[in-house]
Amino acid sequence: MAKGPERITVRKTYKLYVGGAFPRTESGRYMVARDAKGEIVANVCRASRKDFRDAVVVARKAQAGWAGRTAFNRGQIMYRMAEMLESRAAVFEAALVGAAGMSAKAAAEEVGAAVDRLVWYAGWADKFPQFMGTTNPVASAHFNFTFPEATGVVTAFAAEGSALLGLISAIAPVIVSGNSVIAIVSGPAPTVAMEFAEVLATSDLPGGVVNILTGLRDELAPHVAKHMDVDGILCVGADAATRKLIATEGAESVKRLQFEDDGDVAHWLDDARQSPYCIVPFVELKTAWHPMGV
Amino acid sequence: MNTPTRELLFGDLWDYAPAPESRDHVRFEKRYGHFIDGRFVDAETWFQVIDPSNEELLCEVGEGTAKHVDLAVAAARKAQSGVWGKMPGRERAKYLYRIARIIQEKARELAILESMNGGKPIRESRTVDVPLAAAHFFYYAGWADKLRYAFAGADPQPIGVAGQIIPWNFPLLMAAWKIAPALAAGNTVVLKPAETTPLTAMKLAEIFMEAELPPGVVNFVNGFGKTGAAIVEHPGIDKIAFTGSTDVGKRIQRALAGTKKRLTLELGGKGANIIFADAAIDQAVEGIVDGIFFNQGHVCCAGSRLLVEECVEDEVVEKLTHRIQTLRVGDPLDKNTDIGAINSRAQLDKIRELVDSGVDEGATMHQSKCSVPDKGFYFRPTFFTGVSQSHRIAQEEIFGPVLSVLSFRTPEEAVEKANNTAYGLSAGIWTDKGSKLFQVAGALKAGVIWGNSFNKFDPTSPFGGYKESGFGREGGWHGLLPYLEVR
Repeated sequence: MAKGPERITVRKTYKLYVGGAFPRTESGRYMVARDAKGEIVANVCRASRKDFRDAVVVARKAQAGWAGRTAFNRGQIMYRMAEMLESRAAVFEAALVGAAGMSAKAAAEEVGAAVDRLVWYAGWADKFPQFMGTTNPVASAHFNFTFPEATGVVTAFAAEGSALLGLISAIAPVIVSGNSVIAIVSGPAPTVAMEFAEVLATSDLPGGVVNILTGLRDELAPHVAKHMDVDGILCVGADAATRKLIATEGAESVKRLQFEDDGDVAHWLDDARQSPYCIVPFVELKTAWHPMGV
Repeated sequence: MNTPTRELLFGDLWDYAPAPESRDHVRFEKRYGHFIDGRFVDAETWFQVIDPSNEELLCEVGEGTAKHVDLAVAAARKAQSGVWGKMPGRERAKYLYRIARIIQEKARELAILESMNGGKPIRESRTVDVPLAAAHFFYYAGWADKLRYAFAGADPQPIGVAGQIIPWNFPLLMAAWKIAPALAAGNTVVLKPAETTPLTAMKLAEIFMEAELPPGVVNFVNGFGKTGAAIVEHPGIDKIAFTGSTDVGKRIQRALAGTKKRLTLELGGKGANIIFADAAIDQAVEGIVDGIFFNQGHVCCAGSRLLVEECVEDEVVEKLTHRIQTLRVGDPLDKNTDIGAINSRAQLDKIRELVDSGVDEGATMHQSKCSVPDKGFYFRPTFFTGVSQSHRIAQEEIFGPVLSVLSFRTPEEAVEKANNTAYGLSAGIWTDKGSKLFQVAGALKAGVIWGNSFNKFDPTSPFGGYKESGFGREGGWHGLLPYLEVR
């Protein structure tokens, strides 16, 4: 039999992840993602201010429904995310090797830790309200209790030092309480984040709860900080000037701001990076009183 | 519906004999500087502090400069690293218990002084402000040696030196809210009392001396906004806690941008008090009064927007019209007084300006016809009907005895209107149906929800806002979090 020509692979187009769909940036701009050796990995979207604003609209729409689901259901969906990630471990390991220049062993370790971190936070969904909720023994004839609620729409500038585990360490503690999130990915291996979007898209996670934009942090930071319908900002890494800008502009709507240090993969592998206290910055505490008596 | 309500036949129909608390029991100095490193220090310039009920001079107080703030921060730092931060929790606790006890011993003096300086009725200062201040010290005293049990999986550590800026509406109570958790957690404090109401803080300084609290653990620097800004901007401060207006809160958040200082803000509010038709209407009317006329309405969590279900609106308005006529406005020290003096001329002007805007924008004003004293700052209990959501009196915090009445037809509309504000501090819900109460309480964006009650406070109960009413909580277990490193 005559030998046919070598098969040409089908390349993937990397787009944004907004509202459960994969739109291109409205701006038509792109960035070139390169691997550790400087070779081109892919063209990825360079999200614009308009892309971000569109993402806020869908994140706002999705938030009440997500927070309104039972804690059990949110936990199930986050666990499902871990399942989807585990089943695609080979894809992510290859991506981390190819796009982030990691060794196969290091890549496998990061993917495994990412799955485990998702499972860890998934379990908090129906425990965090007990961890942080209280009944308060007031000195009057009232029943009084306090419980956490999601803040609302949070924007997360994801870590640049760890493409997968860093991203998950930013997203998971924000959404577990019922927030929606717009993750802005500006690190060296943005294609990994967009692979993760495919995990989200197949995890029964309602569209709009997690949105991922690839882009330039410095370009988007002022628009994020000034957006009046963003309730909180998690900023991982960033230089002093960017942090100052975010805090200065964020004050106009009294945003909840949390700044975290970035680091290498070892930093993100550390168990200290996962904590119920990482959930605290983006919850509000509601205290309810009611008289007792017949 | 609309059963005619009977007018309450008292109020100005009866002349009450004056029943003022005696001022004899109260002693205070003619001049107070600042309280730094365990002793009072002189100021360079002084300002006058008056009694808002009669505009008479009470004393002179020093205006804090950057130099005073420097000294106070240095004293606080030395005390934190040298004494207080190292002290075992059980010993810190005993100082806080001592302070609580002395406040109880001096309750009468503190209550009278609070009413003289702030204008609030003695009925409130002696039953709310002072007992709660003591209770806050008691509550947090008990946490001082139990912190390692409070935060699972963490090794909580103090933050360092806390800068605290408090308002004039609950001068002693706000000082207690700020100081007690900070000290229990092992921090030291530089606090600026409000410029119109520094007197009970100065008495608190005397109480600290009497309790032999180590020098520098709490420092008071008096002054205006400029002094507060010097505290906010001081590089030796690790954490700022501010209670006051949203405008100033935003300025503080901006000022801290780019620093490592931690921040909690307890800011303004425009609380919705929601009355459903199935509520016990007479009780609800009392709740409306508690919600808006407590402390002359100088309350960040006041129920200043009444949302009443349309089918009972006429009944509620009629009852409220009668009820406000029975409120007695006058001498804060008179035990029969319901509404005392407005805290300052500036605040009175602001209330008048917003009330005028309500009239100009077309709302209908209802005001008590009661008499008010000739001297001093007073404002009659007032409410507006025919208020639309866009009116200034429905959006802006008036911080006075002025209520805006709006109506709704469905629970969804009530929630939407209640949440239609940049604020999110408090809300009230009046209904006889538990499932409705919980549903609405869940949907409201507010940090404190009072069901069939309003304006209740307790040291075990966290207090603080959603949205532009700020972040962080004061009171309860949650009130420790802002004063500890837990990660």
